[in-house]
Amino acid sequence: MPTLNLSVEELREKARAIRHDVLVAIHTAKSGHPGGPLSAADYLTALWMNYLNCDPKNPFWPERDRFVLSNGHCSMLLYTLMSHRGLFSRGYLLTFRTVDSRLQGHPSKTSLPGVEVSSGSLGQGLSVAHGMALGARIRGTPERTVFCNCGDGELQEGNIWEAIMHAGHRKTDNLVVSADWNNAQIDGYVENVKNIAPLPEKFRDFGWRTIEADGHDMDDIVRAWNEAVAGTPSRGKGCGQPTAILFKTVMMHGCPTYENIPGWHGRPPKEDEVMHMLNELNYNYNTVDEARAAMGGFQEYDGYGDEDGK
Amino acid sequence: MASSIEYTNGIQPSDKWEMILTRKAYGEMLVELGKKNENIVVLDADLAESTYTKFFRAEFPERFVECGIAEQDMMNTAAGLSTFGLIPFLSSYAIFLTGRAWDQARNTVDYSKMNVKIAAAHGGISVGQDGCSHQSMEDLSNMLSLVNMTVLVPADYWETRKMMEWIPTHEGPLYFRLGREKVPTVTSESTPFKPYHTLEAVGGGDGVFIATGLMLSRAVHAAELLAKEGIFSRVLHVPMLKPMNDEEILQAVKETGAVVTIEEHSIYGGLGSLVARLLLSNDVHVPTRIIGIPDIYLMSGKPEELLVKAGLTAENGAAKMKEALALRK
Ligand SMILES: Cc1ncc(C[n+]2csc(CCOP(=O)(O)OP(=O)(O)O)c2C)c(N)n1
Ligand SMILES: [Mg+2]
Repeated sequence: MPTLNLSVEELREKARAIRHDVLVAIHTAKSGHPGGPLSAADYLTALWMNYLNCDPKNPFWPERDRFVLSNGHCSMLLYTLMSHRGLFSRGYLLTFRTVDSRLQGHPSKTSLPGVEVSSGSLGQGLSVAHGMALGARIRGTPERTVFCNCGDGELQEGNIWEAIMHAGHRKTDNLVVSADWNNAQIDGYVENVKNIAPLPEKFRDFGWRTIEADGHDMDDIVRAWNEAVAGTPSRGKGCGQPTAILFKTVMMHGCPTYENIPGWHGRPPKEDEVMHMLNELNYNYNTVDEARAAMGGFQEYDGYGDEDGK
Repeated sequence: MASSIEYTNGIQPSDKWEMILTRKAYGEMLVELGKKNENIVVLDADLAESTYTKFFRAEFPERFVECGIAEQDMMNTAAGLSTFGLIPFLSSYAIFLTGRAWDQARNTVDYSKMNVKIAAAHGGISVGQDGCSHQSMEDLSNMLSLVNMTVLVPADYWETRKMMEWIPTHEGPLYFRLGREKVPTVTSESTPFKPYHTLEAVGGGDGVFIATGLMLSRAVHAAELLAKEGIFSRVLHVPMLKPMNDEEILQAVKETGAVVTIEEHSIYGGLGSLVARLLLSNDVHVPTRIIGIPDIYLMSGKPEELLVKAGLTAENGAAKMKEALALRK
């Protein structure tokens, strides 16, 4: 399946639209986590639009790559990426966190086709992703790459390090993890809460190949993803190691007034705040309703349904 | 024969209830206890803002241990601290404490009978919008099966404060369930908390509601609905699920002849299971209805919507009591 193959300029514009939808939907739900999605928006947009091999019309297509959102609180970013990749209409994003919506507070595999595994309890996704990568290998199809995204606070969980040790030991080179290294979590800056540094050294000591990149510089992001996939069996030559890309990011990036404040981890913006944030992203509306209208207004789910098979 | 509903032990009628957070009472009391008792230490796992241990952190930073997002580490760090005569209170959400850190709670804290106080925020499904991954309908059964564990479920703000006063005097592992949302103040300042006892909330002889936690409010409300129809059901609150006061429960059931249990927990292994086992193994055969979360995962939504979906309402309580009373011999 071809990816969207957007240019660097188009990727930047796409990431801006994705920040827009994330903020509007969280504001509409009056509940959710804007901080992480805005820090990971640039590099995950690049992954989802240009690298992830998938069929938007059939999320269960067996030959697809896998994406695991281990930091499930960034659900709104995942849903928005799915929508912009063509899995369902943008207007459906506005049902986030309402009763009976497929767009659960944290991603639910049994609710939304395309979610590979439910997450929300931090620290579990990397082991699952590694199991998927091993599964592809055992099936004789190591060209299926498994991507996994983790938060940096999330890296404090013990299960993460069990998975890192395991993948390093097995040299699972169809596994690529991206870390949202924004130095922020709920109780403050990661370095103060419980320091995870030195991060690249830790991964390397456990047998991983590491790549560092500026998570808000689209040229550098594309360089990092290219380098990462070049070491996987699918796009190049298996390098014999799992790969970690450590993206240096800033929480709430794109909305300068709100950047790098851990308090934005899990607080929905109020009306004046969301208007100001959108304004800082260069969207000039008079009301939030105009922003919702730009997304197509509330829409029913129009993606792949349970009734379609599976 | 009663002619009007009889509230007992300082219980308030539903039109007087105020909505207050139990986790806030927890945070306030930690500071009060910390002032009186320098053995008290508090641990959290990146949720101090939400569990309200932030109050203690601000007052006694040297007795606050931030563990980061590492519940397993936190549980056993608390176990270690307790060996120095300290009284550790640790906090996170119920699902992570009794899920991720269950083995540490079982094989270290409970098995070694260590003096660790586990204060779990976000118990139940009234967590709301965060959805299933953050809700907990299993925490009580996870903890009730631990041999040395004392298990407490306060109904509201006032009862949380009173339990907190008592907890440091208790020796051994203890689990304490708090909620996320504001919950109605069914009890008042004058309502006693008597450890190892149940609490009669409403007097009456037409069956008994046995409730715990937030569901005490639904049971009292159900009794009010029934009273309008001339049915006067008793309401018994069980703030301490383990050890549970078997005698008081058996007596209430024998006196009233029908029972409806109600809890914000899975029907597998919570209050309903405890009461059913108690009644059957004492040959008390009365019409019994168990209201709890049926065998389903819930979802994101407003807390009240979720409680309705799970059948945890006063209306359902009243209907079930009528069913049971119709079968009473
Ligand atoms: C096992 C577990 N413990 C605690 C939480 C509550 N929690 C949700 S997000 C979060 C902080 C995550 O920090 P980070 O990974 O840095 O994400 P960011 O704030 O940067 O988005 C915490 C503690 C959880 N979801 N799962
Ligand atoms: Mg972070």
